[in-house]
Amino acid sequence: MKFDDTSEGLGLRGLQVAPAQAFGAVRLVPLLKEHVREDLRLGTLEFKDRRPHAVGLRGQADAPTVAYCSYIPHAYVLRWSSDGTAVAARGAALTDKQLGLREVGGVRVLHRMVRQEEPGALRFLPLHLAMEGFLSLHFGGPDVAWSEYSRQALSHGLSPRRERAVLGSYVHGLEDAVRMFEIHERQVGALVFVADALAAMVVFPHPDDYRALHRSLVRDFFGELVYQYAILYDDVPAHRVAVREAEISDLAGLRAAVARARADWTAFTADMAAGVLRETLRWKTVHRTGPFRLRRFMSALRPDEDNHIGEAIVRDSGELEYCKTFRLSAAQVRRAYLLEKLAQHHWDLARTAESLGVEVPALLVRLRNAGFGYLLKEHVLKNLPSGTV
Amino acid sequence: MTMSAETRHAAAARVTCEDLVVFLNACFCCTGQREFYSDGHAQTVSIEFLHDYIRGNYRRLYARTLAAGVNHFNRARIVTELLASSRHLGPGERRDEGRLVVAALRSLPAPRAYRALLAVRARGVNNRRLRAIVRDFLSSRPDLQFDAIKYRDKLRDLILHTHLRLPGELGGFLFKGWKQRRYATPLLETFRQAHFSDEAMYELPFTVAEGMAARRNIDRAVFLRKIAPRLTALERLRLQNTAAREGVKELAIDLARAGLTRVAIYLLSLPSAERRERRAELQAALDGAARRCLREAPLALGRVAAVLDRSYSTTGSPDKPRRSLAVALGIDALLRAASAEYMSFWTPAEGDPLLAGPRGQTDLTGPLLDALEARPELVVVVSDGFDNDPTGGAGEVCRVFKARLDPEGRTTIVHINPVFDAPELGPRRLGPGVPTLGLRDAEDLPTALAFARFAAGDLSLGELEDYLARRVDVFLRRAEVAPLEEGA
Repeated sequence: MKFDDTSEGLGLRGLQVAPAQAFGAVRLVPLLKEHVREDLRLGTLEFKDRRPHAVGLRGQADAPTVAYCSYIPHAYVLRWSSDGTAVAARGAALTDKQLGLREVGGVRVLHRMVRQEEPGALRFLPLHLAMEGFLSLHFGGPDVAWSEYSRQALSHGLSPRRERAVLGSYVHGLEDAVRMFEIHERQVGALVFVADALAAMVVFPHPDDYRALHRSLVRDFFGELVYQYAILYDDVPAHRVAVREAEISDLAGLRAAVARARADWTAFTADMAAGVLRETLRWKTVHRTGPFRLRRFMSALRPDEDNHIGEAIVRDSGELEYCKTFRLSAAQVRRAYLLEKLAQHHWDLARTAESLGVEVPALLVRLRNAGFGYLLKEHVLKNLPSGTV
Repeated sequence: MTMSAETRHAAAARVTCEDLVVFLNACFCCTGQREFYSDGHAQTVSIEFLHDYIRGNYRRLYARTLAAGVNHFNRARIVTELLASSRHLGPGERRDEGRLVVAALRSLPAPRAYRALLAVRARGVNNRRLRAIVRDFLSSRPDLQFDAIKYRDKLRDLILHTHLRLPGELGGFLFKGWKQRRYATPLLETFRQAHFSDEAMYELPFTVAEGMAARRNIDRAVFLRKIAPRLTALERLRLQNTAAREGVKELAIDLARAGLTRVAIYLLSLPSAERRERRAELQAALDGAARRCLREAPLALGRVAAVLDRSYSTTGSPDKPRRSLAVALGIDALLRAASAEYMSFWTPAEGDPLLAGPRGQTDLTGPLLDALEARPELVVVVSDGFDNDPTGGAGEVCRVFKARLDPEGRTTIVHINPVFDAPELGPRRLGPGVPTLGLRDAEDLPTALAFARFAAGDLSLGELEDYLARRVDVFLRRAEVAPLEEGA
């Protein structure tokens, strides 16, 4: 994947952070919109019948045997108007034909993963864009036929490339937290922290969209780390405001002091989310229409920091209209990091090892442990020490 | 360092007083049902622990809490606990406890009283004391034949356990089966006939007839129309939605007679369009209920401000839908009727309180500051104690206000909480400086306000005992039971 832009994080242009609500290990932070606009709306399309769904592939939409299979709880339908007039979210009102649905042997096949349903309406699958971008990172495999790489790696690239994620409702305590969360009036998004690690950031275009989609948070997928943190930690401390009583002389002073304490906490929560809000992100624009750009992004993939991938719709003025992020687990970051380093050095194992400051056998062990053993020939992997180096 | 005997005694008294206040507060609001923030199991475990602890350590006071206005669920639970463990008691203690238990059983609704006694059976306790109390309870029932029809299984199980002799034909009716003979008692005969004739069925209490009607596939609308004269006031209120669905007009209720919280729950159950249409009528019903409530328990207040929570968490749970919001509405009406000058501050502030549903975050800080700016004598905060915009803001405002802005205590702040928070073993507090009072029904506000000084921790064990003694006297007199011998 080629990135076309590098910038300083998602930022909070047009958004305000409100005080966090903590339930057990989960902390949900509301994001409020300063000026609500009506020209972009998002609705869900629920796949109500329990039959499996598949998605046809580009160019092979009608081939019955080729399809992309995935867990798809719902799709989003995005509607917009280019001249700023109001549009209504009516995702579920689309007919099968509009959706490009067809039946193949009991499986409902969707026509393409991202599809323009009609002028001004786009259907896409949540987080699919981000995940697809991550999986396709250097998917082509070695571009120089070094002798260490297996024939499969040279002819088929990294295929099959897979990563694991956990359904939101399996994240301990998330379901309760989402149920008990009190939605603000102008709220369009939320920061989800688990054991005070940023698990996801969600932003929708309109407060009504958020209200409708708030519960779908438990149907999103989360990284392995988030799942483990939720089990390991019972509680996070509440962000209680405190006022120094000696400084207060009247009610107006008290009001101001509480407002100050509230602002301090919200600034602090924004700091906690620096991983997506402030750190450098690499962007790729996927779709452009009217004043909106649908883009995916990935953080710098430094193994010692938290790394996020995600997708966003950004208005030309820089306001965030839609965003969904996924926190990569340490193993996922390690895999992506190794691939990037290899690609940087044209898949030359010796130079890559040198740039990482290790010997070649150590790099081979790391590749094997990261699950990339299938890229290398069998004799290369022979006689390697077991365990980590 | 060793404590002198006197210090030790004072410390013990303070601990007793605090324990008892925690227990009473829990007993005012907890019903062992699921709440918004905790499930039913956590609630049960929490309240059971409190009962065990207080009964084990302060048995004499535990019995007296029956008179303190605790809710039905806890009153029944205390009765069960007292009857199930009495081996080590002296004769005097037994007599006094017995009188309190008898008075409590008379004050409870019949199904709850029966269930409390059957819970003793479930514990495997059967002794002379229990039998005497059951005998007394049954003889105090206004119409035992009616009980034998409406609470047939419960009465039968109780008799099976205690081997008491029932008057007239009741013994045969309960144990030999109603099919065997004709009855001379009219009600029992009606019950027998109801199995064969529809007319007789409509003479029976609603809950009994309902089962028979279902077995005979009688149309729900027809059944409701014909059983309407037999419905109790609460059944009538409960069936309003069903009646509206089935198009039954005969079930119209007289809102001018229902209790305050019931009226509030009923009006919150109406769809918003209907509420808007009948707004004036509903407001009048609410105010009328508040005035009636004040006639029974007078309350005269001066300049009062109320901070009322209608955030999303007042949705409650499937067990208690919208109860917190109903209590807030009830208290709003009650305070408006009881105070010379009244201001209310809702959170969130937008919209008509009678028309809006539970929605939005809990910002108690802003409304509380607005309320304090008006310099009232009393500020009543009605909330479940989870303020989240910002978290803990209300407690901080109360603390600083007391310490810095109102050291003479011209303004009293009281927090009323309709929700039992299981992990805290009581209603969740706003902060250490504010007395928090549990409350199940808005009607009990006068009792709660009287109890506020204990919840604030200002008063000693002696004063708490005096308070309980006064309540015990009234409680026993009202139930027509002889006063305690040892003195309360």
